[in-house]
Amino acid sequence: MSGNLLRIESLVVQFGGVCAVNGLNLEIENSEIIGLIGPNGAGKTTAFNVITGMVKPTTGKVYFLNNEITGKTAPFIARSGIARTFQNIRLYDDLTVIENVMVAAHSSVSYSFPEAILGIGRFGRDERRIRIKSMELLEMMGLERLASEKADSLPYGSQRKLEIARALALEPKLLLLDEPVAGMNPAETSDFAEFILKLRDNMTIGIGLIEHDMSFVMNVCDRMKVIDHGVEIAWGDPQHIRNNQRVIKAYLGEG
Amino acid sequence: MVKENPTRDKLLTYMAVAALLIFLWYAESHFSQYSLRIINNIGIFIVLAVSYNLINGIAGQFSLGTNAFLAVGAYTSAIFTLSPEEKIRSFIIEPMIWPLSEISLSFPLSLLLAGVVTALIALLVALPVFRVRGDYLAIVTLGFGEVVQVVANNVVSVTNGPLGIKGLAPHTNIWWSWGICIFTVYCVVRLINSSYGRAMKAVREDETAAEAMGINAFRIKTLAFTCSAFFQGVAGGLLAHLITTISPSLFTFMLTFNLLIIIVIGGLGSTTGAVLSAILITWGSEALRIVEEPFTFFGYDYSGIPGMRMVLFSIILILVMLFARRGIMGRNEFKWSVLLNRFGRQSKSEARTS
Ligand SMILES: Nc1ncnc2c1ncn2[C@@H]1O[C@H](COP(=O)(O)OP(=O)(O)OP(=O)(O)O)[C@@H](O)[C@H]1O
Ligand SMILES: [Mg+2]
Repeated sequence: MSGNLLRIESLVVQFGGVCAVNGLNLEIENSEIIGLIGPNGAGKTTAFNVITGMVKPTTGKVYFLNNEITGKTAPFIARSGIARTFQNIRLYDDLTVIENVMVAAHSSVSYSFPEAILGIGRFGRDERRIRIKSMELLEMMGLERLASEKADSLPYGSQRKLEIARALALEPKLLLLDEPVAGMNPAETSDFAEFILKLRDNMTIGIGLIEHDMSFVMNVCDRMKVIDHGVEIAWGDPQHIRNNQRVIKAYLGEG
Repeated sequence: MVKENPTRDKLLTYMAVAALLIFLWYAESHFSQYSLRIINNIGIFIVLAVSYNLINGIAGQFSLGTNAFLAVGAYTSAIFTLSPEEKIRSFIIEPMIWPLSEISLSFPLSLLLAGVVTALIALLVALPVFRVRGDYLAIVTLGFGEVVQVVANNVVSVTNGPLGIKGLAPHTNIWWSWGICIFTVYCVVRLINSSYGRAMKAVREDETAAEAMGINAFRIKTLAFTCSAFFQGVAGGLLAHLITTISPSLFTFMLTFNLLIIIVIGGLGSTTGAVLSAILITWGSEALRIVEEPFTFFGYDYSGIPGMRMVLFSIILILVMLFARRGIMGRNEFKWSVLLNRFGRQSKSEARTS
């Protein structure tokens, strides 16, 4: 069966009268980069919100590692191995850069609450482990020198990178990126493309990404799905998508 | 430039605590009864401010229930330290129900019990409130404060009703209040520097993003609230055995309001700020007692207006909200390296000028 990592079956999401997602199917395999593209309001972010448990679907099912996760809570899904970033960056603004990453390591903490307030037992060792691991992630994203700055003092591009470092601290098996290169310049974008490919190869995780930057998506994605008004209009490798008439129409408009 | 250095900082902290203990020991034998009373009050108010800041400032959940938790703690510990004979003598309207009438515990055990009972009651309040998202905590805790008053007034066979409980042994001395104060500050500082504390702050900053990173916001909020209530319950026990008489009218919303002023002036979210502000406000409100007492000012007879201090504090609060939103500390915490750097710079510039 395909979709061993993630499988979405005929997903429908309605907000009042608006049908944001209408019968979407999507499959992501291990070590695969899947692009989700479509015009504004197509329902891409909503699809991510359903996968990560932030929005309850009207109908349809979501399977992760062949277990159904439809309607489970966001923290449960995150702990099972799905991490995400947000289209409109959502960091913990008043925490430092390294603290932002360390927060996401909370689920891996082995010390209990009493050990924490008395500073005994597994507390010291585990706290060091989290700090070292978080620092490594910051180094990976090139943010190590900003570790003790407040998150909201970072420039836009670095905030996007910090969100990814934070997501990786969850040690996810599936990483969902919502417009990761929005606001980056072409040089940063091509660096980031390289980074994504390396990440997939080194960590063997599946990646789902939403992006409007076409050359970026075409470069990094193995396959992509195009949706419009919540409905799938095309599915295939970048070459196939590039030449698809319906896609061209959806992007350029009917006129 | 002095850097952070864990070994040195730990040593300095121990030295500071030792200095504090020496001061307390000196104060105990040299200070007046009145001054000692203020020092006791300060210790207890630090416990209250630091634990109140934990739920309001660190976890960002607006609670107004401190007066209720203080009452629960005070009554619990008072009920358990009275001897059976004293209970028969005090409960004149209605005798105390069995088995409470027979049980009598030592002071430390009664404090522990006060904390545990208060924490359990807080847990019961938290479970329904935190299940739903939104700012219901303020309203529910406010209502809970009223419920506690009504219970204290009417469940006469447990609380002795409006008469209150009198003649408690004055167990609370500066060693108890400051011992527990140091313990509380230690625990809370440890907590906020642990993964649980970071999770609390993450929930405060962005609950959705916290949940997306695997943090169970419901659990974390409940933990912060219950933990805060535990320390407030213990503080209630200390207070009861300091003033030796408690009654329902003692635990009004004004107490919570005072604490709110303290943590806002200290800097919401800063434990250091809560400590400094608790000292400042507790001491200040004693010093300001003169504005409520009659005195002569340049031949003009001032008769003293009761409640004037509250007016002054409210004005201070308004001024802080208008001009110094972040309070004394903002969300910063005390660090030895910062203090040493400030000293270093000062002595260097002094050396240059002389
Ligand atoms: N919580 C919500 N409540 C009501 N309507 C919503 C909600 N979230 C999304 N929508 C609506 O659902 C539709 C799809 O929105 P969505 O954010 O998924 O689009 P998108 O494909 O991510 O677009 P963009 O490229 O602009 O980010 C839009 O019409 C939007 O207004
Ligand atoms: Mg979107």
